[in-house]
Amino acid sequence: MSDYLKPLPQPTPETQPFWDGAKAGELKLQRCGDCDHVYFPARPFCPACSSRKVDWFVASGRARLHSYVINHRAPPGFEAPYVIAVVELDEGPRMMTNLIDCAQTPEAMILDMPLEVAFEKATDDIFLPKFRPSAGASQ
Amino acid sequence: MKQKSVAVVGASETTELGKLPHMSQIQLHADAALNAMRDCGLTARDIDGVATAGQTPVETAHYLGITPSWVDGTAVGGCSFMIHVRHAAAAINEGLCNTVLITHGESGRSGIGRNRVVPAPSSLIGQFEFPYGPMGPPTMFPMPVMRYMKEMGATHEDFAMVAVIQREWAAKNPRATFHDPISVDDVLDSRMIAYPFRLLQCCLVTDGGGALILVSAERANDFQTKPVYILGTGESVESPMISQMKNFTSSSAFRVSGAKAFGESGIGHNDVDHMMIYDAFAHLPIFGLEDLGFCEPGEAAGFIAGRNTAPGGKLPLNTNGGGLSYAHSGMYGMFALQESVRQMRGTAPAQIEGAKISVCHGVGGMFSASGTIVFSNEAP
Repeated sequence: MSDYLKPLPQPTPETQPFWDGAKAGELKLQRCGDCDHVYFPARPFCPACSSRKVDWFVASGRARLHSYVINHRAPPGFEAPYVIAVVELDEGPRMMTNLIDCAQTPEAMILDMPLEVAFEKATDDIFLPKFRPSAGASQ
Repeated sequence: MKQKSVAVVGASETTELGKLPHMSQIQLHADAALNAMRDCGLTARDIDGVATAGQTPVETAHYLGITPSWVDGTAVGGCSFMIHVRHAAAAINEGLCNTVLITHGESGRSGIGRNRVVPAPSSLIGQFEFPYGPMGPPTMFPMPVMRYMKEMGATHEDFAMVAVIQREWAAKNPRATFHDPISVDDVLDSRMIAYPFRLLQCCLVTDGGGALILVSAERANDFQTKPVYILGTGESVESPMISQMKNFTSSSAFRVSGAKAFGESGIGHNDVDHMMIYDAFAHLPIFGLEDLGFCEPGEAAGFIAGRNTAPGGKLPLNTNGGGLSYAHSGMYGMFALQESVRQMRGTAPAQIEGAKISVCHGVGGMFSASGTIVFSNEAP
């Protein structure tokens, strides 16, 4: 068994392609074939227009920091303080994540700073999309 | 829907409030229910409608010895009780039942007999939020705050002031958990919980509950209590995940619910004498004032700092001390409703003299749901 102590996602048939993508190092989103709406989290229909004509695609992995908190009370597997962020993907949807490869301080958290996805292995099957400040990016 | 024809005739909180390890959660429901029945001279035999959250209506009805002809188990978090009031008014108007009991009981602090529903790892929040380490409401609810600060130019001091002014109200309430005055510096020096919020910007954790009894306005004068009429109601839901809240500076559920309640009641903002906005955390009154239309976006912090919601202000807000200083069981909405009823009855510890209309606005989950009730002590 894994010594991974943090909560693990349990994929469903509808979300499995997202987690398969993450395992392959790809951030996959869905786009509506009828209204072009790009959305997250996964479901086999468009939440904007109810169309079932939707397709998966590989997103850019680029995002910007939309908001965050810094948790000072660590649950098992986490080391406080740590950032829990919501990022806005370049394609539009937002997602919760952790920010890595940067100080976990308010000073290091500049809203709207550019970020890029990095996949962290949790188990053999689960890789979590996390985000780090973009290399060489300016504000 | 003719909700103007329904009134609250029975209302009470649990006998005790605070740390109550000698009572299970369902007994807190029952204690509040028995108090509310005694308040209006009824027993369980008179109740034919039961609405509750935390326990199922089956558990609560059975425990109290009621076999109802109408139930509502809407459980969307702390504003469930506002939504129960809305549904009960509709049910009474439709003739589905005559006398509705709404109960809340929560062993939020002691955890005795508490039903804890934890989303599965396969749920959307289990897959797409829990892996990143949110630890309950203190890490999820304040997620929009930093965005709000950037968009609206709000400051840490603005969010601290919310707690300072609510403590002023709590000081007037003997039943409040905290009474001692606090300053903005006290708030900003208190222990960090989840930046940007510190201990004094997070709600209390208490055991307790409350109950309401509703009947048609026609019957309201048959009771010994002063009727509190329901002028308008609203409800909505947005997202189970804070990360998927559409706009981090405004709650869609607040806007839908508030507009519905104001629309039904036909009142304007200037008609409101007293206001409750569910304050699990210090940003909620600011979001509530803006989303319900009392302030323009970005102006609520200045409205609060300008003492408009403080004792002596034109819009007394959270006059029991709120979830920040009065009590917070987990699903606080019932306590906000109880304070609105007390204000309309003229029995609140910090009574607003001459108040005729009270708006009570609740939130459920992390901006997930909302319910709004417009009360009046004058028959519509």
